[in-house]
Amino acid sequence: MLAWTIYLSLGTALLLMLLPERREQWARFLALGAALGGLVLSASALFQSAPGSFRTVTRLSWIPTLGIDYHLGADGISLVLVFLTGLAAVAGILFSWNIGHRPREFFALYLALIGGVYGVFLSFDLFLLFVFYEIAIIPKYFLIAIWGSTRREYAAMKLALYSFVGSAMVLVGLVAAFVFAGGQTMSLADLAAHRFPREFQMWAFPLVFVGFAVLAGLWPFHTWAPTGHVAAPTAASMLLAGVVMKLGAYGCLRVAMTLFPEGLQPWGFEWLGIGSWRDVFALLAVTGILYGGMVALVQKDFKFVIGYSSVSHMGFVLLGLMTLQTIGLTGAVLQMFSHGIVAGLLFAVVGRMVYDRVHTRHLDDLQPMNLSRGLPFAAVTFTLATLASIGLPGFSGFVAELQVLIGAWHAYPTLAVLTGAGILVGVAYGLRALQRAFFAERRSCTDGQASGSARGAPAQPPDSPAPLEPISFPERVGSILLIAASLAVGLYPDLLLKYILPSFNAPWFDGLRGGGLP
Amino acid sequence: MIPVNYLDLLRLAAPETVVLAGALVVLGVDLLALREVETGLRRLLLLILGAVTCGAAIAWMAAFPNLGNFMQGMLVVTPLTQWVKGGVLALAILTLLLSGGASFTNHWGEYVALLLLSAVGLMFLVSSESLLVIFIALELASLSLYILAAFHHDAPESAEAALKYFLFGSVSAGFMLFGLSLLYGLSGSIDLREIAAALGGPFLDPLLAVAMVTVAVGLGFKIAAAPFHLWAPDVYQAAPPPSAAFIASASKLASFFVLAKVLSVGMGGLEGRAVFGDYLPGWVPLLAALAAASLLWGNLAAIVQTNVRRLIAYSAIAHAGYMLLGIMGGKAGLPALVYYAMTYGFTTLGAFGVASLVRDRVGGDNLSDFAGLSRREPWMAFCMLVFMLSLAGIPPLAGFFGKFYLFAAALKTSSLDLLWLVILAIGMSAVSLYYYLQVLKQIYVVPPPSGLAAAPIPSLPKTVIILAALTVIVLGCAPNLLLRVLAAP
Repeated sequence: MLAWTIYLSLGTALLLMLLPERREQWARFLALGAALGGLVLSASALFQSAPGSFRTVTRLSWIPTLGIDYHLGADGISLVLVFLTGLAAVAGILFSWNIGHRPREFFALYLALIGGVYGVFLSFDLFLLFVFYEIAIIPKYFLIAIWGSTRREYAAMKLALYSFVGSAMVLVGLVAAFVFAGGQTMSLADLAAHRFPREFQMWAFPLVFVGFAVLAGLWPFHTWAPTGHVAAPTAASMLLAGVVMKLGAYGCLRVAMTLFPEGLQPWGFEWLGIGSWRDVFALLAVTGILYGGMVALVQKDFKFVIGYSSVSHMGFVLLGLMTLQTIGLTGAVLQMFSHGIVAGLLFAVVGRMVYDRVHTRHLDDLQPMNLSRGLPFAAVTFTLATLASIGLPGFSGFVAELQVLIGAWHAYPTLAVLTGAGILVGVAYGLRALQRAFFAERRSCTDGQASGSARGAPAQPPDSPAPLEPISFPERVGSILLIAASLAVGLYPDLLLKYILPSFNAPWFDGLRGGGLP
Repeated sequence: MIPVNYLDLLRLAAPETVVLAGALVVLGVDLLALREVETGLRRLLLLILGAVTCGAAIAWMAAFPNLGNFMQGMLVVTPLTQWVKGGVLALAILTLLLSGGASFTNHWGEYVALLLLSAVGLMFLVSSESLLVIFIALELASLSLYILAAFHHDAPESAEAALKYFLFGSVSAGFMLFGLSLLYGLSGSIDLREIAAALGGPFLDPLLAVAMVTVAVGLGFKIAAAPFHLWAPDVYQAAPPPSAAFIASASKLASFFVLAKVLSVGMGGLEGRAVFGDYLPGWVPLLAALAAASLLWGNLAAIVQTNVRRLIAYSAIAHAGYMLLGIMGGKAGLPALVYYAMTYGFTTLGAFGVASLVRDRVGGDNLSDFAGLSRREPWMAFCMLVFMLSLAGIPPLAGFFGKFYLFAAALKTSSLDLLWLVILAIGMSAVSLYYYLQVLKQIYVVPPPSGLAAAPIPSLPKTVIILAALTVIVLGCAPNLLLRVLAAP
């Protein structure tokens, strides 16, 4: 049944394109139906599966000449991420209920993207995985270029080219591995069992890892992320930050590290204390955490704050992967889930609740509006989301980041300390944005005038706020859904951990375990 | 003197004979029966007659799969050549139907006959392993194509492009003939297999090197590989769209096949090695240089194009680079090459079709003329999306699997020696996404210009375009449909 998440999304996307123009209003209901169907399927598959089991959903011979199979399957990691995709998909549609411009095409592209994402998480044949990975690229371009805002065509092209260059690097590695292993199979399990020579792994690993990590926002290849997130329409930025960046991290774990575990081993020489690709990527991940956080701290555009915070949070995922500790890897997967939920929520508040109503995202313009009065629901949601994002205990982010930190403490004590500092930066930018956007002191006309006019005219005079459109029902449902998910995992992490943890015992992680995975 | 069994010849060359007879019938019918008929109807009847002829040839090949080798390589019919010929004929049918609704000429009888004649040339080109027949077939195909390129009766650019095509073509045919005569002189045979046996070993005679280079020049012109590509942008842009589509699709398919045959059969053992530090002269380094030049020049020059047909021309040059990789894949690369060239043919034919519809409607085929196509013609826009993404190599379209298979074959045969070229090719395909997205941006993102009257578009070309798009999608999702027969031993 799990495979139907893919077919349902792609099939509905096709249906939406064929929908006659006068039935345009049906588009959002059809899309919501498909997304809900996907959520139900993924949730039931997750909670009905026995922890630690791998199951094949479909396995057909697809291109027998080259030994390529249509192999869909799911282990704990896939199930958790498929569930995340289901949640993000439903929430994204709820938050784009007000799309009025070409809604059929919007939801068709949206669902095509979702279908591709489901496919990546469920593929256990690398050719198939790559096919779905690329299917996810093109809808992103159109979603941003057609429905986006700030510098949308530039941002869309940048995003598409970054993704495509990354996937080109992956393709080089995959084709080489395929040929090297005899050209008879693309199955993940078979290729992982094939021990590639060390020299081969030493260049193939960084190639494939960086190729995927471009999409995971690895510093310094992250620059597509903030511009892309900012330009994208709300639902698309929710998906971009929520699940598409996870595709990259998932590829790093599932393909690069599984196929080429020896690429993580020391080079045999040290340069400035760096002795392996693992050190390089761990350092880049921590740089991303700190850099993303500090840049977020000085942003004036509300959405850029969230955009850079995504780079920072994805740094945790990549750092968790590089710890090579079971606890760090588990934390990385949990962080993928957590960030997917929380980033979606943050973008929803900024893009849909705030920007669509007051038509500015400039923190200086938002400051005098005191939106906690005008949009109390948005303020509460954003407060909760910020707390989840800065890792307050009780929210999912806390468990995940703690695990990554513990893993990092064992593997890289110095970097762990820096990462701790990165969390503090996260607190700072989170609270700054929260305060500026929602809870700024309301200045009276007489004292506030000087500073107000020095900044230039705000979009709205501070003391005559036009009544804002109230938060709609779909928005409330979407917010509650995401907050509930984050709280549930935060309060009872075992809900997901019991699926994630045993997945690392699978045979294809043998190579990593051989490298000392405790 | 070897006795010639004409019945055998007829048996093996039956499909070609059918098409040739069809060409003559078309001319005859046009001359005797259709002179007084109104142009639209005459065009329709002649095009259908031509298409039926090609269909009959395909049906003949399917019904009577006669295989064999006539007179030591004069005519070699194998399942693979049958499929390639089938591809040529299918592309010819689509080209003919694409011309329905076009108004670039009144001489439809001659147009259809020439198209069929060039198809005959291409078919002989595919199934011969004799230097003489290869050259004659090449000339038959080329001369017909020169005229087809000039068929626009009121566009001087069309004549200019055709002249350019003709001048370049005849010079490179001269080169080719020179190379073939050297090959004959060195080996004493015109049969490719005997030539390979006579030339033998991995050592490269200087004279043989000259022969190799001149043959590569001759065929490099046909496949529009850089630096022999100069005619392509002009012809693609100015020739009547169906002619350009045929030149870009069927002619390319057959030329690639014959280049692969001449090199891997006729010069087997002279591959050489194209690796830095471990270089061995041979045709693989030669092709690697051509491929690298085509990939770089085609993709980079396409970025700055403002005319869609010119853009497709530069992308065709780049694609010649990808397909050269298949030739370097040797025997294992042949199915990959044929798969790629065939699906590429359908893709580019469809793209020309859309461009020609836009030209008929808007009056031009510059990028800006495509603005808002998705609002005016959602189906044609979607087909163009399929074609552009397939050219860029986005799965699940045929272009992606074709590339994957080509790269895998080239790497496998060269045991990873050609990795540098594969990396260049994959990197350049990332560049190519930029200009394909420029086209799609106009179609889907930019709003349509106001004041464009709605007009029905002819249904025949529309059907052809949708068929081509379907082929690209189906062959991309289920490549085994074609691979099963191509890769069969």
